[in-house]
This record gives sequence, C-alpha cells and structure tokens, in this order.
Amino acid sequence: MPHKVALPYTRYLSPDGQLLGDLPAWADDFNLLTRLYRQMVLTRLFDQKAVALQRTGRIGTYAPTLGQEAIGVAIGSLMRPEDVLVPYYRDTAVQLMRGVRMEEILLYWGGDERGSDFVDPAVAEDFPICVPIATQALHACGVASAFKIRGEHRVVVTTCGDGATSKGDFLEALNVAGTWQLPVVFVVNNNQWAISVPRRIQCGAPTLAQKAIGAGFHGEQVDGNDMLAVYDRVQVALERARHGKGPVLLECLSYRLGDHTTADDATRYRAADEVKQAWLEEPIKRLQRFMVGQGVWEGNREQALMVECQALVQRAVDNFEAAGTQAPESVLDYVYAQWPAALAEQREMFLERLARRAGGADHE
Amino acid sequence: MSNGTFSLLEAVNLALHRAMAEDENVIVLGEDVGVNGGVFRATLGLRDSFGFKRVIDSPLAETMLGGLVIGMAAQGLKPVVEIQFMGFIYATMEHLVSHASRMRNRTRGRITCPMVLRTPMGAGIRAPEHHSESTEALFAHIPGLRVLVPSSPARAYGLLLAAIDDLDPVLFLEPTRLYRMNPQPLVDDGKRLPLDSCFTLREGSDITLISWGASIVETLQAANALAEQGVSAEVIDVACIKPLDLDTLEASVRKTGRCVIVHEAPRTCGVGAEIAASLYERALLELQAPILRVTAPDIPPPLYRLESLYIPGVEDILHACDSTLNFA
Repeated sequence: MPHKVALPYTRYLSPDGQLLGDLPAWADDFNLLTRLYRQMVLTRLFDQKAVALQRTGRIGTYAPTLGQEAIGVAIGSLMRPEDVLVPYYRDTAVQLMRGVRMEEILLYWGGDERGSDFVDPAVAEDFPICVPIATQALHACGVASAFKIRGEHRVVVTTCGDGATSKGDFLEALNVAGTWQLPVVFVVNNNQWAISVPRRIQCGAPTLAQKAIGAGFHGEQVDGNDMLAVYDRVQVALERARHGKGPVLLECLSYRLGDHTTADDATRYRAADEVKQAWLEEPIKRLQRFMVGQGVWEGNREQALMVECQALVQRAVDNFEAAGTQAPESVLDYVYAQWPAALAEQREMFLERLARRAGGADHE
Repeated sequence: MSNGTFSLLEAVNLALHRAMAEDENVIVLGEDVGVNGGVFRATLGLRDSFGFKRVIDSPLAETMLGGLVIGMAAQGLKPVVEIQFMGFIYATMEHLVSHASRMRNRTRGRITCPMVLRTPMGAGIRAPEHHSESTEALFAHIPGLRVLVPSSPARAYGLLLAAIDDLDPVLFLEPTRLYRMNPQPLVDDGKRLPLDSCFTLREGSDITLISWGASIVETLQAANALAEQGVSAEVIDVACIKPLDLDTLEASVRKTGRCVIVHEAPRTCGVGAEIAASLYERALLELQAPILRVTAPDIPPPLYRLESLYIPGVEDILHACDSTLNFA
C-alpha cells in the first residue's frame, strides 16, 4: 500500500485494469504493450517451471519472481544494450530481457557456475545475481563511476528488495551516488516482505524512496503492479541518469506473491487473506484487462501465447538438462587468473582426491 | 622521478606515480588521498600529476570503498584504494570475502576484479587504538585474494607495481613502523618483483629465521647477534603471505634443521601456525628441534605506553633461538 508522503507516486491503472487518468503518450504503441504483456507471461511461465523443477529435485533452491514481473520487464525493455545491470536474486524478468538465457538461470540455481557465465555478448558486462543483501548497490556505483570517469553516456540499473534498504551498503551507495552524481538508477522492489519481516517493521520512514532525499537526489514511488506506471517512471529515471542529471531511486510497490525462496514457507508468517487480496492487484491480469478493454488484445490469443511461451521454456529446460556437469578441475581454474605456483601442492592433492573418487565429482 | 635514497613510504609513492603514468586505467581513491596526499602522505603529488578524475577523495565510508572498487575493476579500471589504517579495513571484508575474491570464479572468468587495497599495518608508532593492527591472517584465509607485506623500500616498490599489474585482487599491507625508517637507494626503473616468492635476506646454515613486515628489523638484528656468537642464521622475509612460497621455506629448513618464526600478530591461527604446520608436514625428519614461534600473545595491541611489550623484541627472538639451538 502506498504511504502518504510528499514524494511523487505514479499509478495509471486500477487493479481491474481501468485507466485512472490520461494515458502517457508512449502507451499508444499497442505493439509495445503486447510485447510487454508477452514478456510478463513468459517470465511467469518460466518462474513456475523453475519452482516445479526445484520441487522435483532437478534444481536447488530458487527465488521465485511471482508478482514482480512488471518491474523487471519494464527495466529490461528500457535499458540499452550498453547499459549495465547489477541485479539481486529476484530479477529473472529483467535478466531474461537483457539476454541472459533461461537455461543459464536454471544452471545457476541448479548448482553450476556456468549459469553466471552469460553466453550472449549483450550481457557480457552485466553482473551475476548477488546473494549478500544490498552489496550489489555498491558494485553498481563502481560501474557508474567508471562510466563517469570515462565520460560515457551509459547507465547502471541496480535492484534490491525492501529489506536491503536497511543495510549500510545500500545507504553508503546512495550517499556516494548522490555525492558524485553517478549515472545509476536504484530500483527498490518493495514487495512488502523480507522473508518473514513485513515492511512496517523494516524501516520507520513512511517511504523507502525518501532515503534518496537524504543522499541529495530524487526519489519517488510507483505502483509496481502497474506496467504502464513502472515503464513510464523507469524511462524517465534512465533518461535523467543518462543525461548527467544524477541518480534516481525508484521504489516500486509490489507484493511477493510467492515464498521468499523454495526453502521458505510464507504461510507460517502471513495471513491467507492478505495474499488473496494481493492477487487481486497482480500485474499481468491488470495489463491484460486494460488491453482487452482497449480492444488490443482478445482472450482467444491467450492460448496461442501460452503455447508459444511454454515451448520456449521447455526448450530451455531441455538445454539445461543436456548441459551436463563441469569438469571437476574447473573448481580450481577460476580462483586466480592463473593457479599460483605456490599452490601447486594443493592442486596435486585435489587431483589425487579426484582420482580416489573414481567417478570424479558428484554428477547428480 | 629521480633515483636516489627513498624510505618505504616514498617507495610506495614512487610506485604509484609510475603505475599511474604507465596505465591510464589506474585510479587511486580513498579517504584524504587527493588534496591531502593521504594521512601518511603516500599519495602525495598524485592529484597534481594525474587530476581529480584519477585521484579521488572519497566519502568516509570503508564498506563503500570495498564495494565500489569491485564495480570499477569489473569495468576495466585498476583501482588502488587506500584504507587509512588496517583497523578500519574490516568494514570492507564482506566485499573482499564474498565478491572481490570470487567474482572471477562465480562468473567463470567473465567478470574479474584486478584491484589493490593498500593499508598501513602494525604497531610501534604511538598511535591511538585501532591504528596498530596486524591481522594479515584474517585475509590469508580468503581464496582468490593475494596478501603482500613489503619490509623494505625496494620490495615495497617492486611488489606494489606487481600487485597493480596483477589480474586478481591484492591486499597490500604497509608496515607503518618502517614507513620512514632507514631510507635506501632505489632505482625507479619500473622493475616488478615476483609475487608468491619469499625473499632470502641473509643466508645461513645453522638456523632459519622466518618473518615479515616490521618484525624483519628485529629478526635481522637477532641474526647479527647470533653471528657474533658464531651461529649462522638464514633470514627469510615471507613478503607474500598468500599464496605462500613454502618451497623456499622448506628448502631452508631442510638445510638448517632449525626454525624460528617471528610475527607481530597474535599467536593463535597466525600465519606462523600455517608455516609451522606445513614445514612439519614436509620436513619433519629433517628438523632437529621443534619449530618455535615468537609472536604477540592473544591480546589486542595495547595502547602506546605498553605497546613495545606487544612487539617481538630482539631478546625474545634470541631467547627462542637459544631454545631451538640447545634442544637436546
């Protein structure tokens, strides 16, 4: 729920897909809306598949992105290839749009480092998923500093959850970004829950966006379940940062419809009624209702879209399952640029361990 | 830059000037490193020579510095960050342990973190609390990181240049007690010293003395005193704490059969323990006496009135040598 503050809060669509005011000019492009809708559907199907793969033991712990699709798809649509994404672990939507492959995301959560060695050159400079909370915000500032030092008109987007805004790393990142006017956009996915801790006991400030004010730059809130609103505000934030007008903190108000990860059981700490209510506001249905109302989408296209997306997901699962396991020696190969001669003995001991376990590393 | 006589501090400054002149990707940043030239003046003159975009006064936030340089390094810059004292480096540790040292591994080489964290280490300069730390062992435990401790102007110069060249993150620890002590001739020729190698400072045949950092001074003095007694001591400056050049240490101990390790850091799980364990594994039957360690006790560095008791003295080293040499 939005808090009453003086900061801007943007929403174009009501939960049932009704337009609440004037449509932004860019939203006249119905092909764009269709693409955004398709990408959200694809993300959700992939996400459901990943959860199913975890439940059947084919991947390890996974952090579902259910309910966060609009935020990631908006960011992914608007970033330029030369921009850099510094994500957290609930960013499947934006990673897929940047060029990270579905099978890479499955490989990562499936216990294989190759999942962070993105094949597509378009994402060569994008950071891998960051697990330690909020630390990525500082890496993003470092990337943005490099852009600024070299005079490049590129932007860094970094994401985090509401819990991350409590960490010193996040606040130190805001501080340096404001001080140096770095070309970085901080997107806070305020999905109301940091595992079991609700937003109201995470921070005493009425909004998370206002933390930007203390760092000397612009912050605002947006309805993270409203694709039109998120797209609009991300677009403005990126342009602002790209043109040297400094960082932006965009707090997207959403709801974590799934568990924190597949290792979590959210029914232990939140009421079914709350989740039921949140489902009424979710982003995909909202945009679909709007598009149907505008006459740019018909229910009978839904089935074909599902079939198309399911096929893409299934192909990725097939690729993932065909990937095999890395060579056991690979655990030594990337610790240093070259394995130091001073550690040669350790390498030999590890190779002996491999030889003792005739099959090499555990292939399951 | 001219040739002449330089202190360790001036040697660091000389190496930074050269590295920045050689490679425009080298960026120096930290608290007070720009206009002020660093609290010890290690970065003096860099701002004037290379400008504010490459010599950056940062906000006072060590965690930020630890994280920021990862992003810079990922973009192909070579950040050399100064942490004002080792006692303030702990705020960067999450970034060192969880990101800088493993980004290469995490991404299978796609993203790397060539960067140097410089920080003054050690006691003996009558400084306030938290300005006298020797916690190199905490960092030696991190795979993917390199940890260097120069103990002379020449090694500070050659090792810092090599550290900046290196493709992986390096922690470069500068013994404050040596910063202005005993300037020595140094040629500013850009010559790098090898990483992962110990330096044998004095050859000997009766006992091996292993040390690093500021304790090298007392260790060499002990070796001189032993020579007067007719005992030939070999002195090795480890210099590269991680990875550790065990081969050189082993060869020396095989030759002498006796070994004393001297370090300023507390005893338990100090780097001396790692060295002793490895030497026992490799050369147990060549040893004629137990390996002894001369270290600080497991206490925080005392405030300055008592700090000299914390630092291993020549007499402490000689006492350990006596025990080793007279072991039945």
